[in-house]
Parts: sequence; C-alpha cells; structure tokens
Amino acid sequence: MSTGLSDAAATARQIDIRPVRRPLLGRQGASVAAGVIFAGLGLLPVLAWALDDPFLLVTATRLTIFAIAALSLDLVLGYGAMVSFGHAAFIGLGAYAVAILAANGIEDILLQTLAAILVSAIFALITGAISLRTKGVYFIMITLAFGQMAYFFMVSLSAYGGDDGITLANRSTLFGADVLESDLVLFYGAFGFLVLAFVGLRALVASRFGRVLRGTRDNRLRMQAIGFAPFPYQLTAYVIAGAIAGVAGVFLANQAEFVSPAYMTWQRSGELIVMVVFGGMGTLVGAIAGAIAFLLLEDWLAQFSEHWKLWLGILLVLLVLFTRGGIAGFVSRLSGGARS
Amino acid sequence: MTTPLLEVRNLRKSYGALAVTDDVSLDVAPGVLHAIIGPNGAGKTTLIHQLSGSLRSNSGTAHFAGEDITRLGMAERVHRGLARSFQITSILDGFTVLENAAMAVQARSGSSFRFFTPAARETRLNDEAMAALARVRLDDRADRRAGSLSHGEKRQLEIAIALATGARLLLLDEPLAGTGHEESAVLVALMRELKSTHTVVLVEHDMEAVFALADRVSVLVYGRLIATGTPEEVRLDPEVRSAYLGEEEAA
Repeated sequence: MSTGLSDAAATARQIDIRPVRRPLLGRQGASVAAGVIFAGLGLLPVLAWALDDPFLLVTATRLTIFAIAALSLDLVLGYGAMVSFGHAAFIGLGAYAVAILAANGIEDILLQTLAAILVSAIFALITGAISLRTKGVYFIMITLAFGQMAYFFMVSLSAYGGDDGITLANRSTLFGADVLESDLVLFYGAFGFLVLAFVGLRALVASRFGRVLRGTRDNRLRMQAIGFAPFPYQLTAYVIAGAIAGVAGVFLANQAEFVSPAYMTWQRSGELIVMVVFGGMGTLVGAIAGAIAFLLLEDWLAQFSEHWKLWLGILLVLLVLFTRGGIAGFVSRLSGGARS
Repeated sequence: MTTPLLEVRNLRKSYGALAVTDDVSLDVAPGVLHAIIGPNGAGKTTLIHQLSGSLRSNSGTAHFAGEDITRLGMAERVHRGLARSFQITSILDGFTVLENAAMAVQARSGSSFRFFTPAARETRLNDEAMAALARVRLDDRADRRAGSLSHGEKRQLEIAIALATGARLLLLDEPLAGTGHEESAVLVALMRELKSTHTVVLVEHDMEAVFALADRVSVLVYGRLIATGTPEEVRLDPEVRSAYLGEEEAA
C-alpha cells in the first residue's frame, strides 16, 4: 500500500497519447521534409497555370489553410498532450471575425486578422483555463462542449446568417486595395503565413517554453517534482494554437467568400485531429503533411465511391496500426531505416 | 540543539478508516542524513508523498526552514529547496541525460516563458546540469538518451535531477530499489558524499545501507513512528526489535 500509491494514480488518470518515445524525425529530417512540402505546395500555382486548371489553385489554398489549422492543433495535441476536440471553433471564430467586420464596413484584412487573433485567443484563454482543470477523457468532453457552444452561438446569430451562414460581398482588402481578389495573391498570403507559423512553432517547441511543454507531455509528475506547475504552460500553448487557427479562419472565409457555422462543427474538429494523427503527432511537419494527405485522399476517394469515408477509415486504421507515428513515422522509417 | 530544517508535527493521512500516516512528528536537523525505515506497508512512501507535497495531509503541519509549507504543492516546495526522488524511476526517457538535469536547473533559473531561443543550447543551464551529473558520475553519459541508461544509472540520474533543482533537503525514496549489488555500492558511496552538502531524508529497505549512512533513524510501523534515535539506539530498542528487526532475523 505504501508503494507509489499516488504515482500510479497520477499516471492512470492520463490518457497515453505520447507519440513515440524517440523523436520521429531528426531536426534535419524534419527540415528536409518541410522543404519538400513547401516547395511542392509553393509551386502548385505554376502547375495550375501550366495545366490551365484554376481549380488546382483553389485546392492548393484549401490545403494550405487546413495545414495551418492542423499545425496549430499539433502544438496542443502533439506537444501539449491536450486532446482538444473543439479546435474547429477557432477557425470559425476567425472566419466570423472577417464576416462580421465586413458586414459592418471594416474590410481591411490586417484589422480583421487582428480581431480574429484577439477573439480566438480570448476564447482559448477562457475555455482553456476551465478545460485544463480536467484531464483525459474529461478534457476531450469539455473542449467538445465549448466547441459546440461556439457552434450553436453562431447558429443562433441570425443577424449574420444564422444556420445558413453569410456570403461575403467581396474578399478583404489590404490598405483599401482589392489585391486578394486574385486567387494567386490569396494563396501566397496563406502560404506565407503557413511557413511563418511553421518556423515560429519550430523555434517555440525547442525553446525553454517548448521544453517544459514536452517534458510535461512525457512525464507530468516529474516536471512537478522539479518545480514546474504545468497549468500556465499548457494554457499558453492552448491560446497560441487557438490564435493561429483563428488566422486560418480568416483565410478560409476569404477563400470561400462565405462563412457558416458548419466550419465549427465537432466533425470538423475531429477531422483536424485525424489530420494530425495521420501525419504524425508532435512533429509539426507531420501535421502539415497529414492535412494535405487527408484532403487529397478525401477528394480522390470521393471520385470512386460515395462511400469514400469507409475507405478513408480503413486507410486510417491501417496507418495507425502499422506506422506508429503516422506519415512522419513512416517516412522516417523509410529513410532512416536502422536508426534506433 | 540547532533549529530543525524540516519540522513535522502530528501529520495524518487516512483513506477511509485506514490511517496510513498516524500522528507523525519528525525533526530533521540541517546536515543530517535521517533515515526512515519500516516493514512493508508501513506507510513510508505515503509519508514521502506528504513531505514532498504531492499528497495533501488530512491534518498536521510541516515547516521548512521556519516557513509553514503545509499547504504548498510539490512545485512550490521545490522552489523553497525541498526536492524528492522517486521509488519507481521517473525520468524523461525521451530526453538526453543532460536535458533531464538541465530541465531541473531551468525550473529555478529565470522565466520559462521564453519562446524563441533554443533551450538545449543554453550554456549556463547545461553547465550547472553537468555539475549535478558529475556528482553522481553520470557526466560521461550526458548525451545519451535517458531511457537507454541501465537501471542503476537511472537511479543515479534520479538523484542528479534532485540535486539540479538546487534543493537543500533531498527526500530520497528508496534510491536502492531494484539495484544489484554493484549498483547499490555506487549509490551508497554517492549518498555518503551527498551528506557533506545536503540534508537528506532517506526512505530505504536496505538495512545495511541505512545503518552505514544514517545519522538518525526513525522507525515507521502501521503509519506510526515507534522510535527515533541514533542507529545504535534504534537497533537496541526492544519495540523496534519485536516489530521490525526481529521479523527480519526470523525470516
């Protein structure tokens, strides 16, 4: 009875979502992978132009936007060990910041982005502070509940379209100029932000702050025993991730020129989790790859069968079973081979 | 008599009707290695949890260096200089040995709300971490992944991490648990060196080690302290002999 009573209890309370004990990709491997992905993504407009396929550019923008959202979720899920099931709410809040400000005559994208970041961060701060009082399954449930609250709030907001959503009269402007009406400019805007977010988060996870976050993920009790209280670190990560997802929402609103509560359903949150797990948790670059792979597979499988979700499900099961660590784990095993 | 560094009064912890810690009072003088022994199930680890702040007591008080720490959690107690090690090795397997210790240095060296400079390259953190590793003779293992160490080395790392917190008082929870003969000899030598710089509360099963190291010994049986004194006094205490040592001799 005297042996490790509360140690055991403390571990049992947490769900084991630790990705893999060792880093999936070395720092260099991750750089190479990110370089390849960014080069491919960044050159898609050239391909669209060469093939004279403007829809490809739209797809590329969508991929980029969800890559931003998945990337931000990876900070929470893969580094913060917080299974947030309400991440789509932040995308929706960011999108509504655009729609609501635009409806009130404020169309500048910088102002809209600032508002999106503020609203998302405040929502994350409040809901995160409450959610982090719980752990494991309860954390999942409570973030889901907050996400649904945001969803139903927007559904009931009839002044801005309610359930039907709201169509934007035009895209956001930059200092009064309508440059974003060009799909190409919008794409490179989103792409630039993705690269910025990736570089920023990569520095962040290696920093003092990120090290505390990673340590807490691996062994919460140990971190407390050396003097760290996990709460402020996890909350800060939650807020940063929420703000980044909010910016993804700004781009999504502009890409679709339409905003609706459907952006923030719990199914969307679930898809974001799938993207991160699919790509490999706790690798950042994996989240980007996961988002791209998920959306492309979705499009591709939908061409064959209307039951494409079944096939996607099967693929996911196989991936999780056979490649611990998702796409990033798979690639690292292919390239690294014997790396222990 | 010097003022005690750690002063525990009437500490209690019970789970329902079962009193796991029953009215424990204890003084640990600075510079002393104070061992707590007792048969299996005596409540030694529960007491360590209470002293370290990971388990809240039902009643009683604890003072550290004159300050009331009764209501403080584990992290706050560490900042005041009271650190613990774990009976079941609790290290960051995925990090290097150096980073395990550097993390503990980081916890007391300025804000950890720094978002851009890579922590692993902070020389000052790493230097102090290396000093702690050197004291447990793990400095040649600094770049290894902590999870790849042998069991004995992991036990050494446990102590290095506690040292790296900068604590004045170390609560060592069965540091010899699961170690072989040679590993335990290394650890006993380490603890003997620790006595010159640190106050230590040692919970340990290995009687040979306890009587070789301890300045004072307390005996815990069914959550109660039945005796406290020098190793000699405790060894000769009739109540202790019947409750504990006799049991071992009989076995």
